[in-house]
Amino acid sequence: MRPLRSARPAHPVPIRIMHWIGVYAIGCMMFSGWEIYDASPSLPFLFPQWTGLGGWLGGALAWHLSAMWLLFADGLAYLAYGIATGHFRRDLAPPHPREVGRDLGAALRFALPHRIGHYNAVQRLLYAGIIIVITFAVATGLAIWKPVQFGWLTGLFGGYPIARGIHLAMMGLIATFVVIHVTLVAFYPRTLVSMIANTSADPETTP
Amino acid sequence: MSPKPPIVRHDDLKPGFARLRRRGLLRGSFSLGALTLLTGCDLSTHSGVDAALEAMLRFDDRIQEALFDKSRLAETYPASAITHPFRFNAYYPEWQVRIIDPATWRLGVSGLVRETRAWSVADLRALPQQSQITRHICIEGWSQIGQWSGVPLHVFLKRIGADLRAKYVSFTCFDGYSTSIDMPSALQSQTILALDFESKPLTPEWGAPLRLRIPTKLGYKSAKNLQSIAVTNKYPGGYWENQGYDWFAGV
Repeated sequence: MRPLRSARPAHPVPIRIMHWIGVYAIGCMMFSGWEIYDASPSLPFLFPQWTGLGGWLGGALAWHLSAMWLLFADGLAYLAYGIATGHFRRDLAPPHPREVGRDLGAALRFALPHRIGHYNAVQRLLYAGIIIVITFAVATGLAIWKPVQFGWLTGLFGGYPIARGIHLAMMGLIATFVVIHVTLVAFYPRTLVSMIANTSADPETTP
Repeated sequence: MSPKPPIVRHDDLKPGFARLRRRGLLRGSFSLGALTLLTGCDLSTHSGVDAALEAMLRFDDRIQEALFDKSRLAETYPASAITHPFRFNAYYPEWQVRIIDPATWRLGVSGLVRETRAWSVADLRALPQQSQITRHICIEGWSQIGQWSGVPLHVFLKRIGADLRAKYVSFTCFDGYSTSIDMPSALQSQTILALDFESKPLTPEWGAPLRLRIPTKLGYKSAKNLQSIAVTNKYPGGYWENQGYDWFAGV
């Protein structure tokens, strides 16, 4: 048995603040984005009117182009914090494929122990993945917002129509993440508390 | 030569600018998105939300103006990339397209210009012409590639002795449409007064006899069926802009 760590917070205050600002910003982007998508659907389905934000294309775009600054600022602050404090290196470093297999198997049997303030291989994969997905969502968003001024970026994504398709696909991945994430939080409600209130990380246990 | 009208300072016009925008951006807000994200706001009037969104749109316009670089060109394409069939788009359905006799049509010119005489199609064809195959991007998200040719707007503005330091170039159309653009975008080399579409004179549905074609802005800036052009320092707004589409609309 290794010695118990001194009680550190499960999630430092800046992480909690940036998490909830991010939730709000992503919510604004997603709901207004659905309304924008509906103006000219590129796939054979529409989002129901009652899920949209803005009420019409102009309103939805006003929301989308307002909330993008919030998402941008929150995302940059989070990336800077994650790199500067070692949060990414310590908590989100890519797990070994074997660990992923082990933890994923345990998770699917509902046998994966969840320790507050520690990141298992499945969490590392999901959280590192969503950071990359949101980065791509922002980059493709800039590419379709300014396909002339940021022509190099639009070109990198294969041109305007393809960049628009990737932007939509990133939304789909974010929505999928949200469903998985919220489902897991429902299984471990203590994690929701730890993302709001001061909560000590669970002690280290022997592996 | 008529005397130059006095230049209006932009600061004098801010109240009017704000008034034009105050139309209520947020419509039908009783949605999942509005209910989850606006909790605590008065959804019955949502004037505070509208004011915040309008302020953000003006902020976006300033950012877009800063990002705009006159020397950056919209991508051009080979003839094989032209979209067929080309999609009709207007604020009314295609059967309501306005038809005018190009022989009697004249383009009016007003505002901060030296020469206000009206222009015929033949007058415009006598000016230098430029052809382009560029992507037309609609605010709705769809896009298509087309070929237009006509008079570069910077050539025309210089020809009429426009004050090139003025803030806005405004366009009114005989189909009831209107829009306006900033002077730097008006002077960008790919901004043209198009007379031809796919190497043939414009037909009514594509904006005959003259339309603006500006590939550095969203489609609603490429006004069809032009009737007059004005150079001004007074914020002119536009058909969609007055309803809440962002004014700069750069791409």
